[in-house]
Amino acid sequence: MTTIEQSTQAVPTGIWQADTVHSGLSFEVPYAVATFSGEVPDFQAALTDGTLSGSARIASLRVKDEALQAHLQSPEFFDVERHPEVSFSSTAIRRDGDAIDLDGELTMKGITNPVTLRGTITGPSVDHFGATRVGFALEATVDRTAYDMKWNMPLPNGEPALSNEVTLRADLTLVQQ
Amino acid sequence: MTILALSGSLRSGSHNTALLRAAAEEAPSELRLELWDGLKQIPPYDADDDVDPAPPAVESFRQAVRAADAVLIATPEYNASVPGALKNALDWASRPLATNVFRNKPVAVIGTSTGAFGAVWSQAELRKILGTMGARVAEVELAVGHAEQKFDENGRLLDDDVRDGLRDALAALASELTPQLVAA
Repeated sequence: MTTIEQSTQAVPTGIWQADTVHSGLSFEVPYAVATFSGEVPDFQAALTDGTLSGSARIASLRVKDEALQAHLQSPEFFDVERHPEVSFSSTAIRRDGDAIDLDGELTMKGITNPVTLRGTITGPSVDHFGATRVGFALEATVDRTAYDMKWNMPLPNGEPALSNEVTLRADLTLVQQ
Repeated sequence: MTILALSGSLRSGSHNTALLRAAAEEAPSELRLELWDGLKQIPPYDADDDVDPAPPAVESFRQAVRAADAVLIATPEYNASVPGALKNALDWASRPLATNVFRNKPVAVIGTSTGAFGAVWSQAELRKILGTMGARVAEVELAVGHAEQKFDENGRLLDDDVRDGLRDALAALASELTPQLVAA
């Protein structure tokens, strides 16, 4: 692999499209005594002239149980019938070497809130087929109740079963167009 | 549009059934309430019987829900909770959970009781059950206390405030029938 010359402070310019086969969107949320996770495989993302944006089809949300998957898609959570997509668009990107922060707006269940994604950027570099790629490993923790996802059940000790704090993760491989 | 009206009480003189009849009287012309009377025929839920085809009474209930645009449930309160027969019918209807007939179905819960609180705890539990089943539970609160003072001996609703509440409940349920689709 050849590393092309780059500035460690610059956000790549031009148009970069997500290689969704080598990218992933996932979430983690504390549930009872452990962490519960799932993924949303059907999404698209692009970095266009310094703005990262993307959307995901929430009907593709996958967890390990069909009934639970249906619950997450129900009106108590994402309400996929009325809000089939979630989306993000950055408003500002700050890079410091491998570290990167993105301010932006996250829309879920038709509700838009500001959010900051933090993580790392890798590349740009040329892959083994000659394409130039840049990688983002990003995450943010959001309060799901701010997106009208308020379901919970009390545990015997009185504590809620499901945390309101959900970690969203995006591992993106973007290919220069 | 058709609203399936479901009473949680089997009693012939049920105040909750009477409340649904009053709701039918108050319904605007574009809404047609159909009172479902098959609750007593639903057998106790038994996973061994939960096969395809379902028992006829269960299949009839599922079909009635499937065919309706929305469901209005009036529930009494037994021991601070949902009557067993109603819960049993919903347990049948909720199967299979991921694709059950209540999923995304607009539903409103109302209730009346002879006590002061109008089945408010039963209604709360019923909304929780319906939400878990995947129903679209409308923001409706109508708890009619002191039922014996609100209906005459023929089960006719006498209280104009409750009639206003029924009209509001139906309007809230109807608003769920014409959702604004949001792309993101």
